[in-house]
Amino acid sequence: MDQGPLEANTPAPDFALHRTPDQRVSLHEFRGNPVILAFYPADWSPVCGDQMVLYNEILPEFRRHDAALLGISVDGAWCHLAFARDRKLGFPLLADFEPKGEVARTYGVYRKGDGVTERALFVIDDGGIIRWSYVSPIGVNPGAEGILKALESLSARARS
Amino acid sequence: MTMHRRASTAELVVPVRASDHVLGPATAPVTLVEYGDFECPHCGMAHAVLEELLAAAGDQLRFVFRNFPLTTVHPHAENAAEAAEAAGAQGRFWEMHDLLFENQTALEDDDLVAYAAALGLNQARFIRELASHTYATKVREDFTGGVRSGVNGTPTFFVNGYRHDDSFDLPTLAKAIARAAE
Repeated sequence: MDQGPLEANTPAPDFALHRTPDQRVSLHEFRGNPVILAFYPADWSPVCGDQMVLYNEILPEFRRHDAALLGISVDGAWCHLAFARDRKLGFPLLADFEPKGEVARTYGVYRKGDGVTERALFVIDDGGIIRWSYVSPIGVNPGAEGILKALESLSARARS
Repeated sequence: MTMHRRASTAELVVPVRASDHVLGPATAPVTLVEYGDFECPHCGMAHAVLEELLAAAGDQLRFVFRNFPLTTVHPHAENAAEAAEAAGAQGRFWEMHDLLFENQTALEDDDLVAYAAALGLNQARFIRELASHTYATKVREDFTGGVRSGVNGTPTFFVNGYRHDDSFDLPTLAKAIARAAE
């Protein structure tokens, strides 16, 4: 049996994934800042498009919390480049492409039969600990209110 | 795309307020709130549905429109939203709202000014307010409130405060409204 999605208070497993064909991004580079991981099934499919486009519009709110947003799917780096350019996305899309879905498996959000990741969100604090996670029904764009609530509680914790 | 949406518990966190654009009586048993984008084709389709719905509903339905411009994919959406607000400041929000949705492929600044002229607005004021982005804050407030309510794309509807996670075709929306009126 596969594990379920990693839950709050679990250390976020590190990874290094391609954001472009010749550039990798590692989770640990963001230590010191909150990170939002948005796993989504595929570039180009309508719901995902809406979700990533929505997050792109909300980037200023995420940045108020100094949070970095990383989109992750099993699509390759060239596909991500074309998709990001088409939708004018201002945040990295990472390719969980080889070995396929390895990072998604580590986070417990790989859909084996479908060969894609769940539509899953993780908010990681500045120390690399997952503080909130959520798996949406695959066809439902989860919006951003859960992410913002999680970021606010991180900020509140940092102040207290 | 709305075909695969399922029931949700997302709730409207910003109640209907004085700064909102409202059609229909406050005493109506059902309030329908739309978060929309004037350049979004799905919102354009929804506009036609809403005209029929509102005509049929009489005083049983109150309709509220709030701005949710997705500006990176719809480069004219922000100015169109501000134009609707600028028309609203001169008492003609709904007329501009209708014109924008009926002319979604003609939303350049010149077009917006032409619509203002067609509505007989004070053009100098309209142009000045558009150029200085007088209503950008209002538009952003609508947007942020929408995000906090679980708006996840455009259009997103709330029926009596709950997100409508189903199709916005006429029969489906009419049924959701009828159910809320019971």
